[in-house]
Amino acid sequence: MRRFLAFLTVVLAPQSALAEPVVTSFELENGMRGVVIEDHRAPVVTHMVWYQVGSADETPGKTGIAHYLEHLLFKGTDTIPSGRFSEIVAENGGQENAFTSRDYTGYFQNIAADRLGLMMEMEADRMRNLTIGDDDWQAERDVVSEERRMRTDNRPSAKFREQFSAALYLSHPYGKPVIGWKSEVEALTKEDALEFYKRFYAPGNAILVVAGDVTPDEVERLARETYGKIAAVDLPEHTRSVEPPHLAERRIEMVDRRVAQPQFMRGYLAPSYVTAEPGEAEGLVLLADILGGGTTRRMQRIMTQDTDMAIYAGAYYSGMARDHGEFVIYAGPKGDATLAQVEGAMDWILEDLLAHGVTEEELARSKKSLIADEIYSQDSQRSLARQYGAALTVGLTIEDIQSWRSRVEATTADDVLNAARKVLDRRNSVTGFLRGPDAGKEATQ
Amino acid sequence: MKTLLALALALLIAPAAQAAEDRIQRVISPGGIEAWLVEEPAIPMVAVEVIFSGGARVDAEGQDGAAYLASGLIEEGAGDMDSQGFALRKEDLSARISFSSGRDEFTVGMRALSANLEESFELLHIALTEPTFEQRQIDRVRDQVLSGMKSDLVDPNTQAATEWFAQAFPGTSYGRPTKGTPETINALTRADLLDTYGRMAVTSRMKIGVVGDIDAATLGPLLDATFGDLPEGEALDTSPIDPVTVSGVHVIEADIPQSTAIFGHRGMMRDDPDFIPAFVMNHIFGGGGFGSRLTTEVREKNGLAYSVYSYLAPYERAALYMGGVATANERVAESLDLIRAEWRRMAEQGVTEAELEAAKKYLTGAFALRFDSNAKIAGYLAGLQASGLGIDYIDTRNDLVNAVTVEDINRVAGELLKPDELFIVVVGDPEGLDESN
Repeated sequence: MRRFLAFLTVVLAPQSALAEPVVTSFELENGMRGVVIEDHRAPVVTHMVWYQVGSADETPGKTGIAHYLEHLLFKGTDTIPSGRFSEIVAENGGQENAFTSRDYTGYFQNIAADRLGLMMEMEADRMRNLTIGDDDWQAERDVVSEERRMRTDNRPSAKFREQFSAALYLSHPYGKPVIGWKSEVEALTKEDALEFYKRFYAPGNAILVVAGDVTPDEVERLARETYGKIAAVDLPEHTRSVEPPHLAERRIEMVDRRVAQPQFMRGYLAPSYVTAEPGEAEGLVLLADILGGGTTRRMQRIMTQDTDMAIYAGAYYSGMARDHGEFVIYAGPKGDATLAQVEGAMDWILEDLLAHGVTEEELARSKKSLIADEIYSQDSQRSLARQYGAALTVGLTIEDIQSWRSRVEATTADDVLNAARKVLDRRNSVTGFLRGPDAGKEATQ
Repeated sequence: MKTLLALALALLIAPAAQAAEDRIQRVISPGGIEAWLVEEPAIPMVAVEVIFSGGARVDAEGQDGAAYLASGLIEEGAGDMDSQGFALRKEDLSARISFSSGRDEFTVGMRALSANLEESFELLHIALTEPTFEQRQIDRVRDQVLSGMKSDLVDPNTQAATEWFAQAFPGTSYGRPTKGTPETINALTRADLLDTYGRMAVTSRMKIGVVGDIDAATLGPLLDATFGDLPEGEALDTSPIDPVTVSGVHVIEADIPQSTAIFGHRGMMRDDPDFIPAFVMNHIFGGGGFGSRLTTEVREKNGLAYSVYSYLAPYERAALYMGGVATANERVAESLDLIRAEWRRMAEQGVTEAELEAAKKYLTGAFALRFDSNAKIAGYLAGLQASGLGIDYIDTRNDLVNAVTVEDINRVAGELLKPDELFIVVVGDPEGLDESN
């Protein structure tokens, strides 16, 4: 025990001493919150607005509307004609984009720091003043259909993921694809988009994140002059179906001629950072790393080296969500190994962990690795801004984000085992096999 | 995500961060090894990128894929460490080290914490100079590569690109897949791989970029200790390879709802005096994402694609002008007609003064943006050297862009864009497409 403690001190001390980024926040009278992450390495800024609305807030039958609306936000306002928003960003040497997820929709520009005011002015304008031309909305709906073909319909592994998520949730809208089901996306209208826009795009439902070569005072002043002029709006509740208890494990198998490498995947419904009891989410993060975080971890070591029955194997926990997290294990069988054999070996790894827990050395290694990742992530202004934006939008606080490192460091082997016992229950799970038509014969031999 | 693939593919000549431009130091180690350094103490880490010119071009006759496989083996054991031992050591140091080999280059990346700098460089040194290439690991990594190849055979983009390059570069390394084929990599022995590796990490073709919490005096001795005992290596054949003008449309039948097309013809080398005008022209044509002509016509006006793009592809020995689009099978012919028409319009009519001004504003203004991390700047510093550009390039690059005139672009567009030479490979089940060769 003593030796282990000495090891911990040596390993963790230099990292713990590292500075956190300087982060401050403010709130406007209309309810919009602002967060500033200072990074003075270069005279540039990342300006983001995050709306607390995503695909999980869509009306039944209108899947894809949150993402479709994201596209339409580039189609102009009363004062800025269609396409002009992007032109202005480009003329100012800026880059821009947007993204939609289950819980949030975000818009951002990367630009010279002295153009921040202009970006805020334009972003504030399209928060309430969107207009959509009659030609634009139909062409853009076709664009979204092409995006769906490219990302999903042309790719068996993506179609499989879509089926997998749909099976994991019995009622909660996380089971629906963010981009929407094909038939529903093709039927969306301009009116659908505008109705959704009016309900959810408002200052009280938005979070501003600015990272870069700025001061908090300057950002707050600019925010007051732009976003601050928007009137407060009463917001609708997020009305989402509640997931009932899961009583039966589900299994899916998808066969597609364009699958070259078969795949085993199992997902367990898990608490998220927002819904977890203290210590649980941290336990799951560490559990995922101890099982599947890289070459030296149990799954890769056993599956790809010792038994040599898999091309790849791993695990991950996605917990940055308002209502539910997911704990996922996966592997790709190699040579003569069947999907059933790979599943058996992966189950053995889980059972072994549940029976014997994790070692102190495993725990220390995983902590160290996760904390190093966090330090390296500070190197990218854009990814730091995204981390804060995502966490705040799902309902966490700046304090939650900044205490993450100390909470991970404080997590014990028992915490990890308790989290594993709670989550690794087959009744909460979907097991999926994806294979080509030939792999089935192999399995029955 | 609204991301356009074009944005990712447009980073061919990439400007450095303005804040860094006055801060690039040319460091020459006591042993004579050169690195370009930007000191950045804000975060206690150092990013390193090393580019060794070569990549798949060092593969011996009949051994396609050797460099690719070798690059995947370096971390699977080095010095007295086996695969697990090496990974554990990396973890102890919290160092991130990666190796990759492509068409023209073998690239090494490292991120290390300031606290473990010396030990991290030492680990990189052992990896580079004493990889063990143990037979068991060769077999294991080879199986991974073979699995990847099977997946490539059903990935529409890879299928289209493989076919395009095979037809444009028959009988040369550019015409063969970087990963090799099952036949060539199954035939590789340990001796073949060691022999190939001996031509990959060599000092005569090495370019180094370093950014982070380190000064020149500290870096110099680390360069000698890490790279000093690598072999000097031999020069590679850099004589130009002329792509074959194929022209026409080639369809690879696939049971998918959307056709993926890759198109292009010969391009312009990086050292061509017209490269900058061509680069600005491409930004206007199909490199600039939103607002580019291809995106406006194909995506915005007609809803025919999520992603349509073009890019200049200057390789070491050949240059291409390439693009891509993906459209539903029923409408892909329409997309390709629009693209051909735009290709002809640009060749014949060039650009307007307003388009050029907008492009200049963007390209010069975005100069500072592409490097918001130490790791990206390190990659840029190594890339500048690999492209043969001077350390002052960053100071002059915006002036070069601003000096481009409409006349320059129109002349270059007329010379570069050849709508009748376009070779288009389509993967999918396209309707109404006139296949010809």
